[in-house]
Amino acid sequence: MKNAAFIFSQEQQTYKFSNDHPFNQKRLDLTFDLLNKCNGIREEDILTPRMATDEELYLIHDKDYVDAIKRAGKGELKSSIANTFGIGTDDTPIFENMHEAAALLVGGTLTAVDLVMKEKYLHACNLSGGLHHGFKGRASGFCIYNDSSIAIEYIRKKYQARVLYVDTDAHHGDGVQWAFYDQDDVCTLSIHETGRFLFPGTGNINERGSGKGYGFSVNLPMDAFTEDDSWLDAYKTSLREVAEFFKPDVIITQNGADSHYYDPLTHLCSTIDIYREIPMLAHEIAHEFCNGKWIAVGGGGYDIWRVVPRAWAMLWMEMSDNRVATGPLPKEWVEKWQKHAPVDLPKTWEDIPPIYPEIPRKKEIAEKNALTVEKALSHIRNEMYKRKNHSQTST
Amino acid sequence: MVVEQIMKRNVYTIDITTTIQQAIDLMDNNRIRHLPVTNEKNELIGIVSDRDIRDARPSIFDTDKHEEYFLNPVSKIMISDVITAHPLDFVEDVSSIFYEHHIGCLPIEEDNKLVGIITETDLLHTLVQLMGAHQPSSQIEVQVENVAGMLAEIATIIKKRNINITSVLVYPTNGLEHKVLVFRLQTMDPRGVISDIEKDGYKIVWPHLPGMTP
Repeated sequence: MKNAAFIFSQEQQTYKFSNDHPFNQKRLDLTFDLLNKCNGIREEDILTPRMATDEELYLIHDKDYVDAIKRAGKGELKSSIANTFGIGTDDTPIFENMHEAAALLVGGTLTAVDLVMKEKYLHACNLSGGLHHGFKGRASGFCIYNDSSIAIEYIRKKYQARVLYVDTDAHHGDGVQWAFYDQDDVCTLSIHETGRFLFPGTGNINERGSGKGYGFSVNLPMDAFTEDDSWLDAYKTSLREVAEFFKPDVIITQNGADSHYYDPLTHLCSTIDIYREIPMLAHEIAHEFCNGKWIAVGGGGYDIWRVVPRAWAMLWMEMSDNRVATGPLPKEWVEKWQKHAPVDLPKTWEDIPPIYPEIPRKKEIAEKNALTVEKALSHIRNEMYKRKNHSQTST
Repeated sequence: MVVEQIMKRNVYTIDITTTIQQAIDLMDNNRIRHLPVTNEKNELIGIVSDRDIRDARPSIFDTDKHEEYFLNPVSKIMISDVITAHPLDFVEDVSSIFYEHHIGCLPIEEDNKLVGIITETDLLHTLVQLMGAHQPSSQIEVQVENVAGMLAEIATIIKKRNINITSVLVYPTNGLEHKVLVFRLQTMDPRGVISDIEKDGYKIVWPHLPGMTP
């Protein structure tokens, strides 16, 4: 079995709303170029994505919705109808061939899934995926088709495996959560900025799932201005405990890179450090619980110059056991892209502190987040306590 | 909004001969806390709450004793002086009845017949909907002068951006000079509309935490 596959093609950049839209897949190019220039990727690691079929899209989406996206991409959908499907808005404008572009991103994630589930590769990564806001019959928050939801349903149907979905995007992973809210063979864990102000507004602690799925949705809303230590503490504690509780067969991680201080859409204050640590623990957990089965997708990330390329390159390098992302960035990369960038590109893999002014209520914020972790995990801790006592009395 | 838009029409009822045990089972099985007592004409003659039942129960230190208590008819413990409302009452008015009388549910009567019920939970759910927190959206808060027309001004700016508003609330502030307008907007990227609002001279209160000026 090979180690890690990188699903990539230039066509993934056809998922493009407009020139000034914040969701900009140029970041895939920037990441790929950075990996090439630091010898982070080999030709044989790169695999081309396939298109998702209509039947695969119907695993999650309504046929009416898919039809509407197809018609919109050909310019045949009336704007009044478009609005009922959540497209033609400022967030998710209509663009030419949007169906094909969106289905290719889904196909990329399914390519990754098949490689891992057929045990051709231990891990696989599709950075063009991670469109976690897409709903059954409605586009939302820059997302048309929800590749992660489709991939999870595909794994359930085709491979009968239990999926742990871990979402570290700064926005709540609402689309995936609601798709599996009443299931007990899919567990969703989302760590995000509180929805009090930030889109989409959901992802509260008390959203724990319903019916037999109760307990299998876990949400950790972090306060605005949360910094590295507090964030990482929440991530590490919750991922480990949720994995021990749920015992997944495979892990899908959504790696939105928008919790960084530089990100223009969110109000968290992380540095690039968390993007080194996030895949490290995911990698460890995948080996510990799932025989290595780990699929990583991208997600949000709106500082495409200073944050996303470094964050996603580090994700791939962790996945491919090639941890050389320290010290200066390749000069040629900085030189090549600096002339296109509206900001000063970083010169090193690390952020050179301080990148932001001191947060005056750091202590209270960390305290509140620690309480959030406790509350969010309380039902899992109770359950683990019961299991432990039960196994003690029965032995 | 009026009561009939949010009331539950499918009401679990009992009659005066129902035993306390039967009432307990009905509550447990349907996860409810109130049972209206009606007569054969579906007229309301009383109500039993989980608290009334708790009062009628033996102490938890006396388990296994007094099991005969549970065979008493509910008529012995029901409240017959019931506060009710009408389907056309306003939800806002009804909310203050809950608050003033410290009650957890309100049977709804029309033409002296029981036609529905609303509970604290129904009211809270309505409030969540009014605040727009159940649909994907971003929240912004704008401080405006306490004079006529401010809401229209801000709404016009939002309209120019073609953004759908999910909900609007007007919050009082400590002083009389200002009000805070709270909008939930159907967009993941409110930066454009925020800068438009600021350009017109209004103060955006978020992002802001006490003791912080980010």
